Amino acid sequence: MAAFETPPLGEYPVIPLVREGAMAHSKPFVAKPDIQTGIGFPGELVPDWEKVAVTKLGQLVSQSRGLQVFLDSCVKCGACTDKCHYFLGTSDPKNMPVARQDLLRSVYRRYYTFAGKHFPKLVGARDMTKDVLDEWYSYFHQCSQCRRCAVFCPYGIDTAEVSMAAREIMDTVGVGQKYSNEIIGKLHKIGNNLGLPEPALRNTLDGLEEDVLEETGVEVKFPLDVKGAEVLLITPSADFFAEPHIDGLIGYAKVFHAAGISWTLSSHASEAANFSLFIGNHDNLQKVAERIRDAALDLGVKRIVVGECGHAWRVAYSFWNTLIGPFDFLDPRYPAPQHICELTYDLIQQGALTFDKSANDDKVVTFHDSCNVSRGSRMGDGPGGQFHIPREIIRACVNNFVDMAPETIGETTFCCGGGGGLLTDDLVELRVKGALPRMQALQQVVEEHGVNYMAAICAICKSQFTKVLPYYKHPMDMIGSVHGLVSKAIVLGPRN
Amino acid sequence: MSALTVAYALLFYFATAMLVGGVGYKCWVYARTPQPLKIPIPPAPTTRGGVVLRMLIEVTLFRALFRANKWIWLFGWLFHVALLAVLLRHLRYFTEPVWGWVALMQPLGLYAGFAMLVGLAGLWARRFLVDRVRYISSPSDHLMLALLVAIAASGLVMKYVAHTDIVALKAFFLGLARFDWQPLPADPALLVHLALVATLMIIFPLSKLLHAPGVFFSPTLNQMDDARERRHTAGWSAQIVHVNRARGG
Repeated sequence: MAAFETPPLGEYPVIPLVREGAMAHSKPFVAKPDIQTGIGFPGELVPDWEKVAVTKLGQLVSQSRGLQVFLDSCVKCGACTDKCHYFLGTSDPKNMPVARQDLLRSVYRRYYTFAGKHFPKLVGARDMTKDVLDEWYSYFHQCSQCRRCAVFCPYGIDTAEVSMAAREIMDTVGVGQKYSNEIIGKLHKIGNNLGLPEPALRNTLDGLEEDVLEETGVEVKFPLDVKGAEVLLITPSADFFAEPHIDGLIGYAKVFHAAGISWTLSSHASEAANFSLFIGNHDNLQKVAERIRDAALDLGVKRIVVGECGHAWRVAYSFWNTLIGPFDFLDPRYPAPQHICELTYDLIQQGALTFDKSANDDKVVTFHDSCNVSRGSRMGDGPGGQFHIPREIIRACVNNFVDMAPETIGETTFCCGGGGGLLTDDLVELRVKGALPRMQALQQVVEEHGVNYMAAICAICKSQFTKVLPYYKHPMDMIGSVHGLVSKAIVLGPRN
Repeated sequence: MSALTVAYALLFYFATAMLVGGVGYKCWVYARTPQPLKIPIPPAPTTRGGVVLRMLIEVTLFRALFRANKWIWLFGWLFHVALLAVLLRHLRYFTEPVWGWVALMQPLGLYAGFAMLVGLAGLWARRFLVDRVRYISSPSDHLMLALLVAIAASGLVMKYVAHTDIVALKAFFLGLARFDWQPLPADPALLVHLALVATLMIIFPLSKLLHAPGVFFSPTLNQMDDARERRHTAGWSAQIVHVNRARGG
C-alpha cells in the first residue's frame, strides 16, 4: 500500500480539476480460488474469458430493464460528474459516475449496438481486453453503490446497477474481490459475516446481559433461538462485538425490555448484512436472505425487525418481499420487515418509553444519513420517513441536535466512503479520500455548533468512520449508534 | 420526375421507417425486458398517480437536472423546449388545412429557432470549457451537437437569407404521404436542411437519442415505492421457489 496524503479540508467544498490516473493503482485483493468456488464462481480466470464476459454482459442486460435503459440512455450531459464522493475526494475522472458507467458501456456498445460494431472510435466503443478487465477491477471497486449520482441523473441512471453488473461479470470469469466474497462464503457456512458460531454468540450475549445488569441494575435479556417469541431481530453481526455498534444492540434490547416485547435473535440467521448485493449476484442474494425466512418460520415469530445496517435495510425493505416473501406467516398489523427505528419511533409516539435526555448532555449530536437507507429504502408510512424517523428518535434522547448542510444529508447524503463492499484495509486510501465530502460537512458543524458526536444507523458507516475520523483529526469514538443514544437516555423502570 | 426528387423521396421513406420502426423496436425491447427487483430512486412516490406526476415533472421541467446543475439545466431545457416549438411550427408543412393553433404559433416558432441555437451553443461550450465534461465527451457527442446546430442554422437561413419555394415543398411532403410524388425544389439550403433532418431520424434509434423513449422505461423513475405493501416479481425473481420450507407460501 503506497503512502498517501489525507485530502485537506478547505473552508468550503471544491469541485476538483480532473487528474487522470490519480487512483489507477487502487485495487482490492483478489479472491483465492477456494473463496470463489465456495460461492459458485470459477476459481481463476477461465479460458476464453473475453467471450464468457461478453456473453454474460448480454445475458445480464437481457434480464434487467434497468441496465438496458441505463446503457442506452446516457447523453453525457455531465450532471453527475461532480456528485460522487470518490471523484470529489480523488480527482480521478474515472470516478465520475458517467465515466465509470462508460467503462462497461464502451464494451456493451462494441458487441451489442450497431454504432459500436461499425463505428467503435466514433462512439467510444472498446473490445473486451485484459486492460479493460483490469480497469474494471480497479474502478468498479471504487464505487460504493450509494446511488447519489442517480438522484441527479435526468434519466435516473443508477451507477450502482452498472457496477453490480460489472462485478458479476468479473466473478463469472473468475476474478472476484476477496473481502466481499470471503464474507459471503462465511455467511453460507455459519450464518454471519464474522463466522461467529452459535456457542460464541450465546457467550457474547450472556456477557452483555451481565454488563447491562451491572450498569443499570435491570435484568435486560438478550435472547437467542427462543421459539414463540414475538419478534425476530435480524441485526448486523458487527453489533455483537464491534464498537460503537454494540451500544446500539444494547439500545435495542432496552427498548424491547421497556416495551415488554418478547424477542429473539437467531443463530441460524445471525446476520442482517447481505454482501451478495455488492457483487450483484442474485443467487447468493436470495440464498443469504432465505436463511432469515427459515429462521422466522422455525422460531414461529410474528414480526421481523431489522437492526441498524444500511445495505441490509435496503435488501430487507426493497427486496425481501420479492426474495423471501410473501410474509403471510407474520402479523399483518406490522410492516414486514420493520426497522428498529420504526419500532422505537412508534413506541415513542405511543408514550411507551421514558427518556432522561440529560444523560446525553455531554454531546452535541449530528446525524449521518446512510446511503442505502436514504436512497434504497424507506421507513414509516410516507416518503421521507427514513430521514425524519431517526432524527425524531435522536431528538427524544438528546437536548443538542444539529443537522449538517442540507445538500449533504437526506436523499442527497454523501456515502461514508466505505460502503458497497469496500470496507477493507486494502482500500484504506480510497476510504479516507472518499470520506472527504462527509468530513467537510462535519467539520462545518463542529466549528459552528461544537458538534462532538455523529450518530448513524449503519454498521458499515460506523466501522468506516471509526477508521477514517482520526485521519481528519477527530476522535474515533465521535461516531455512534442512534440506539446507543437511546440506550444512554432510556429510563428502565420496574416492569408491570 | 428528377433524380433529386426520387432520391429525397426514398431517403424520407427510409428515414421515417428507421425512426418509427427503430424506436418502436427499442420500446418493445424495453417493455419486454423484466425488472426483477424494486429500485426506485428517491423522492419516489408511493402511488401510481404519484409516478405519473413525477414522470411528467421530469420530462417537462427536468427536475433532477435542475437540482444537479443550473447551467446544464438552463441550456438543456431551453434547447428541448425550443425544439418542441420548432417541431410544432413545422406541422404547417405537413397538414392541409393548417390547424388554427399552428398558424397562431408561427412567430413563436421563429424565436424558438434562435433559442435552440443558444441552447445548443451553451451545451457545446460546456464540452470544451468544463474539464469534466470535456473528459466524458466522445466524437459522437460533438457530432450530434454539430448536426443539430446545422439543422437549426440551415432552417434559419431559409427563413432569413435564401427563401425556398415553400408551397412546392409542402406539395412534396403531402405527396410523399399519399404516395403521389411531387417535385422537390432544388434549393441548396433546403436540400442540406432535409438531408440533415433525415440523418437525425435515421440515427435516432442507434444513438444516445434513445434517452427520449428510455426515460419512460427507467425503473428508478417509474417504479412505485411500495416494496413492503406489494410483492414485486419479474424475470428471475418470478422463478424463486422457497426450497427449504414449503410452509407459508
